[in-house]
Amino acid sequence: MDNVGLIGAVSILTAGLTLAIGSLGPALGEARAAAQALAAIAQQPDEANTITRTLFVSLAMIESTAIYCFVLSMILIFTNPIWNRVIAMAPT
Amino acid sequence: MRITPDELTIVEWGGLRLNATILFTWVVMVLLVGIARLVTAKLSDAETPSRWQNFLEVLVTGMRDQIRDVSQQEPGRYLPFIGTLFLFIAVSNSLAVVPGFQAPTGSLSTTTALAICVLIAVPLYGIVEHGVIGYLQTYLQPTWLMLPFNIIGELSRTIALAVRLYGNVMSGMVLAALLVSIIPFFFPTLMQLLGLLTGLIQAYIFAVLAMVYIAAASGARAGSGNQAVSAVSSEIRE
Repeated sequence: MDNVGLIGAVSILTAGLTLAIGSLGPALGEARAAAQALAAIAQQPDEANTITRTLFVSLAMIESTAIYCFVLSMILIFTNPIWNRVIAMAPT
Repeated sequence: MRITPDELTIVEWGGLRLNATILFTWVVMVLLVGIARLVTAKLSDAETPSRWQNFLEVLVTGMRDQIRDVSQQEPGRYLPFIGTLFLFIAVSNSLAVVPGFQAPTGSLSTTTALAICVLIAVPLYGIVEHGVIGYLQTYLQPTWLMLPFNIIGELSRTIALAVRLYGNVMSGMVLAALLVSIIPFFFPTLMQLLGLLTGLIQAYIFAVLAMVYIAAASGARAGSGNQAVSAVSSEIRE
């Protein structure tokens, strides 16, 4: 397999792996946060407003790791800088 | 497939390129300013205000209440900045369901610009509250050894703000484009509806995080560090 094909294959594989592993952790973390928040609301319904707001902000911060992985895999697939450089260098 | 509206050129004169991001940012700006001007031109304090005035009053009151809750301070000074951030992001995310509209928040340039606004606003509000010396001393909390980490934290949370908003909006667009090519009719509509909800939540989160950062720099609990996590966790403790 030549360089261009190799880089393409590795990029696609890495993009899939990035998204798969990167979404696993945040999914577990978000589930835990949501479960805890629901338990807290069930115990103290009066504090539901504060708990919900804090939950949203925490969810956004947990989720951002997954979002980084997603952005990274999109870059790997659609605008891969190394791929572009190899294409530019390749003898036609 | 495009992953940013920056690449979509609408008009080109000479060296000037007008891309979709700039055009639709102008559309959102015209919409926001136009509606606000039209409604506030004929404000009344009658028993029954007009429908639009009622709407704006609900919006402004709601934002003031949220800012007061999050920052534990009077909202007056923060409302223009935080409210503008929220309205701009919320409107441009919600308009994404209009055919042909490309949400300007789906471009990394727009979100980076917004995040840089927050990066600049945090020290400004902090300096107004504590003075230059007082604000710079918060970087030395708890000891001067933490100075590099405080600076890195300031920069990394700015990048996080920008990439989070961009990633969320862009993922919605990419998902819709992929689904249209797989299951054309019903399912993409559902995902668009979900995208409306996500867009509003993202606008809310961006505004709340900006408020938390500003409150951490300017508030009474400036000593508790300027990481959002500590501000949020102190909110939990209250």
